[in-house]
Order: sequence, then structure tokens, then C-alpha cells
Amino acid sequence: MSETPITPTSNTASGGSWFYNARLRGFVSQAVVLGLLAWSLYAIVSNTQINLQRLNQNFGFDFLNKAANFDILSSLISYSSSSNYGRALLVGFWNTLLVSASGILLATLIGFVGGVMRLSKNAVVSGAAAIYVDFVRSVPLLLQIFMWYALVLKPLPGPRQAFNFFNCIFISNRGIIAPRPEFGEGAIWALALLIVALIASYFLHNYAKQKQALTGERIPAGWLSLAMIVALPAVGLFLAGWPLSWDFPSLTGFNFSGGMTLIPEFLALLLALSVYTGTFITEIVRAGIQSVNKGQTEASQALGLESGQALRLVVIPQALRVIIPPLANQYLNLTKNSTLAIAIGFPDLVATGGTILNQSGKAIEIVMIWMVVYLSLSLGTSAFMNWYNSRMKLVTR
Amino acid sequence: MAYVRDSEAPRLSAPIGSIGAYAWAKDKLFPTPLSALGTLAIAGLFLIIGWNLLDWAGIRAVWSAPDRELCAVDGTGACWPFVFAKFHQWIYGLYPFEQRWRVNIVYVLGIISLAGLLIPSQPAKNWNALFFFVIYPIIAFFLFYGGIFGLPVVETDYWGGLTLTLIIAVTGIVTSVPLGILLALGRQSTMPVVKTLSVVFIEGVRGVPFITVLFMASVMFPLFMPPGVNPDKLLKAIIGGSMFASAYMAEVVRGGLQAIPKGQYEAAQALGLSYWKMMRLIVMPQALKIVIPGIVNSFISLFQDTSLVTIIGLYDLLGIVQAGFNDAKWKSPQTGNTGYLALAVIYFIFCFSMSRYSQYIESRTNRGLKR
Repeated sequence: MSETPITPTSNTASGGSWFYNARLRGFVSQAVVLGLLAWSLYAIVSNTQINLQRLNQNFGFDFLNKAANFDILSSLISYSSSSNYGRALLVGFWNTLLVSASGILLATLIGFVGGVMRLSKNAVVSGAAAIYVDFVRSVPLLLQIFMWYALVLKPLPGPRQAFNFFNCIFISNRGIIAPRPEFGEGAIWALALLIVALIASYFLHNYAKQKQALTGERIPAGWLSLAMIVALPAVGLFLAGWPLSWDFPSLTGFNFSGGMTLIPEFLALLLALSVYTGTFITEIVRAGIQSVNKGQTEASQALGLESGQALRLVVIPQALRVIIPPLANQYLNLTKNSTLAIAIGFPDLVATGGTILNQSGKAIEIVMIWMVVYLSLSLGTSAFMNWYNSRMKLVTR
Repeated sequence: MAYVRDSEAPRLSAPIGSIGAYAWAKDKLFPTPLSALGTLAIAGLFLIIGWNLLDWAGIRAVWSAPDRELCAVDGTGACWPFVFAKFHQWIYGLYPFEQRWRVNIVYVLGIISLAGLLIPSQPAKNWNALFFFVIYPIIAFFLFYGGIFGLPVVETDYWGGLTLTLIIAVTGIVTSVPLGILLALGRQSTMPVVKTLSVVFIEGVRGVPFITVLFMASVMFPLFMPPGVNPDKLLKAIIGGSMFASAYMAEVVRGGLQAIPKGQYEAAQALGLSYWKMMRLIVMPQALKIVIPGIVNSFISLFQDTSLVTIIGLYDLLGIVQAGFNDAKWKSPQTGNTGYLALAVIYFIFCFSMSRYSQYIESRTNRGLKR
């Protein structure tokens, strides 16, 4: 048998046709891609310049200093229609943060309850969770927002027939109205003591953990910290002469005055977002708990833990490792989905931006602001998640 | 003398508490007092909701009426005649009545070709895929728009309802599959320029909300075009939807690519296949098989997200239903609720059956791995 000579073909070899040179081909195709990109960018920029000239517009962010001339339904910071566009966008940004943060809290709560229910041995309990997930997931979020708005919040009684809880909290079709705390001078002491209490309870927890590990003795750290967090600011307020007063809502004419209001648009958006995202978190939590080896539950039962304790002390801490990355993804989705506020008129970043866009015609600038804000939220979260994952990764030896 | 039993003792049935409905109820419904309480509370809640729904949608509902009169009476439930009267509009939008057979043909063709594509035992998948992804969209476009073979032109302003929702979602998926594959390959590429561009596009689009992509498509694209070119509203929505779907599809495909063992790539290279041949003949057929459930799931989200085009002023299914609420002929306190409920049912039927299909395919694909 004669040996067939094998000629080595190297990627960089001078032999062979240049056509088959991998590096050269790589260079050429990348150059072509870059060229196409540059050409289309050039076309876009020049077209945009011509179009803007034709519309008597120019690119720039000076318009942010112009007066906005429109009112905003609900604002966390002071705003009036004579404030400028930049201020209006800031109001929207804070509203986005408000609805996302409260949605995240509520959705997490719903999701964890749902996930544990989904795994219950009780057929009705797990069935209810399954039905919730299947139904709510299969209907578009936008439709759900409209449904919460039209089916639940609109049929609430008017301000005069509002559900009245001890003359403090009113629920009507104008939203939920509650007393607003007003802090006077000296309230800063209460805040300072609150921070002290938080720091102290952090150290207390660490100490309790160490002590339990060393001696087996348990300190009720949870209750102690709760007591501190409640009591210390109260002491602070007392020493400062109680600089806290409440602005109670009252019915004047056809609407309420005073107090603080959660407008129905906010409530509809919040409920829809958290119920919808809750379905995804339910499935994430279920998968996370299922990922923990059954032996862990059995071992904790053998040690005499009750099923609730086993879940809280053994299963969930291990499940969290699986749960948290997709959970963070869902938080981001919730934040992005909060932009649907525009459909029912809750003034979030996109809704206020949309109004400004219609008034000033600054399409490119507004869309750029949106994209930068949401992109930085997304990229910030994923950077944090990467850091967290590398920290939480199982250390295998 | 020992007693030897020479016949079998009569078989006793299992203790009454361990089999049958009683045992099931005891184990699954009332194992502990707390659990029993949960069972009763949830069952009670469902009964209350179910009864109220039945009362509103069935007992107190109006079933036939020529206009709003009967629905507007105080205390009536759902206003179903509104749904019956508007149902054609919900499906066809404002498409001219005498031309609706064209839409029907598109539906029939689509259903036949999808059935061939989605039922695993049907043969000729490749030809079917070629038809559905390349030929069908062209046929559908000319049937919808007209202008050839003497078909009258129907401008896109008249397209609407479920048809428009499906047009945007199907076009989005049909374009996003090839684009997503290219982007996923680009992301894995060793060429830095290609890789960077793919990553920037994918992460950039995935990092922003769909509504901002739609706004970008509807207000910024016209500025990018040469002066005088103003793309059609529907086209802008489709471009936005396809961009968005491609970025997500790229990640779905990447998941499939990563599931292919490295040995497959190495074996293909050892056989002397070029990059594209390796992808076309070895990697993609395996990867795409894995990602079919992911593609169906992307379609479900796109189908749901399409409802957002209502915000930029197109009359998709949600938009046309809401437009019907303002019809003076049907305005009543219950019109909106009835419309929303019927719409939720329609969306539920579509999305739930698709997600069940995707679960079925997933368990089918995993069958080999589970042994």
C-alpha cells in the first residue's frame, strides 16, 4: 500500500490560491461590512440633515430649556406647566422608577407565593396557580392594562360615594387617597436614627449568626431589629418635639383635596404589570425550587425542621442561585413594559416624551433620550447580574 | 398433621381509605387542616368568580339586539350583539366587503402550509418551509394589495383587525428567522467587526422597550429616508417589529447553536467542509430542530406585542375592537367590558394553543435525551 502524500494546507501559507486564504477573506469581508455600514450611516446622516432643513428643525438638546406648557397628572417632584421640557422628562423618569419599583415588589410577592403554591401537594392550590399562569400569560399585557382600567377601576364609585376607611383612606374612581405625612424641622433626627437602626441591625444579624455558629444559642435578631427600626425614629421624633403632621384628605365639592393620591392610571398599570410579570416569576420560582435536590428536603425533615422552615432555611437559599438570574431578567422586562403607560395616560418617561415629541417635533432627540435611559438601565442590570453570578457561583473544588 | 391450604384465600379489597375518590380527596385536598382551609378558600373564590361571570356573561346578558337600546338598560350583563355585529370587522378590518375572499384565500393557504410545517409526521418539510417562508408571503402580499391580474388595489389603510395582527406577526417571524440566524452566527464569528456589530444590534434592541422601537420606526425612519420618500405606516410598523423580533430570535438561535456539541463542528471541519457548508449541512439542521419551541414562543410574544401598534395608530385586533366602542350605534356601559372579554378569549385561544404546541414539540425533541 503506497502512502498518499499529505500536503499541509496552512491558512497563512503562500501556497494555494489567494481566494482560499482565510485571513485575507476575513479582512475583505470585514472591510466590505464596514464599508456598507459607513455608506448607510452617511446616507442616513445626510438625508436627515436635508429633511430637518426642510422641516426648519435643527438637531440639538436646547429645546429642553423651553417651557413645557402642559400639565402632568401625577408627579413626585414639583412641576407645573411653566416648568421646562427637561423637568417634564425628569418627572416622567421618576414616575417610571416609581411604577417599576413598586411593580417589582408586588410581582416578586405574587411570583413567590404562586411558585410555592404551584408545587403544593394540594390539588386545588396548585391547580389555581396553574390556571393563573396559563390564563394571564396568554393575554397581551396591553389588553390586560385596559381591562384593569375599564373593568376594575372605572366601576368604582365616584368621590362622593367613595369607600371610606376611618376618614383616612378613600378608594374611589379617582384612585386611592391617603393622608400625606408632613415633616417639620427636626425630622432629620428621626431619619438619622433610622439609619443608625438599620446599620445596628445589620451588625446584630452578623453577631447573632456568629454566636449561633459558636454556641448554638439563638438571639431573636429579627424581632430586635424590627423593634429598633420602629422605636429609634419614634424616639427621635419625640425628642425633636414631634415635628410630624398628617395632611388628611377631605372631600371638597366633587373631588378630594389634600392627602396623597395614587391615580387610577397608576394603579391599573401597577396591577397589570405585576400580575402579568408574576406569572413568569411563578414559573421561575417553581423551576428553581424543583432544581434543588429532593434529598435536601428529606434531610431537613430528618433534622426535624417543619416544612415551612425547610423551605425557608434549606431549599430557598439554594434555589435562589437558579432563580436570581432569570428573575433579574423579568425585572428588566417589567421596567421595559412599564412604557405601556402611554396607552392609558400615566405620565412615565415614554408618555411625557411622546407629548414633548408631538409638541416640539424633536423626534430624534426624544427617541435618543429614551434609548439611552432604558439601555443604561438594562446594561447596568446585566453588569450587576454578571458580578452577582460570579460571586454566587458554586465553588467547586 | 399440619393443615395445608389448597385453595387461594379470597382477595380483600384495599382499605377504603386508601383508594378511590375518598383517598384522593384526603391526600390531595384535605391532608392537613391548613391545607383544607386553603382548598376551601380557593374553591370558594373560584365559585364566586365563576358565578359572577356566568351571571354577567350568561344569565343577565343580552343575546340579540339590533342596536344599543337593550344593552343600555340598567342591570343588564354582557352585550353580545355588539360582538356579533362587529365580528367581521374584527377579523377583516375595513377591507372592502366584496374583496374579502382574497383575505380568505390567504388564510386557507396559510393554514394548509402551516399544518404541513407544524405536524411532525407530514412529509416534505423543506419544500413546505420554502413555500411558507418565501413564496407564501409574496402571494399573500399581492392578494392583499392587488394591482395585478385585474385585482383592484386595496390600500394598507383598509387592512386591519386580526388580519393585520397576523400580517405583522407572521412577517416579523418570517424575516426574523433568517436575520436571527445571521445575527447569531455573527455573534459567534471570529471576525471582530462582524461580532461587534451583531452584539451591538442584539443587545441594543433587546435593551430598549418595544414601544420605543416602534416610535423610532414611525417617527425617525421617515427622517432617514431620501426627501420625499415617506414609507407606509404599516411598513414602518413591520420594520420595527421585524427588527425587534430578529434581535430576540438571534438569542433563541444562539441557544440552539450552543447546544450542539463541539465535536460536530470539529468533525465537519475535519471532513473539509467550508464554514457555510458546515453550517448548512451539519450545525443548522440540528440547531434549528432544537429551537423550534423557541421560535414558536417568539411568535407568541410577537403576536401579543403586535397589540402595541395600536399606540402608533394602526387598527390591529385590539385597535379595531377599541374603535368599535366609539360607534354611537353600540355605545353602552357594557360594550367595552364585553368587547375586552371577547378579545381576551380570542387571544387566549391563539396563544394558549400555540404554547401547548410548543410544549408538545419540546417534549418530543427531548424524548431521546430522557432515557
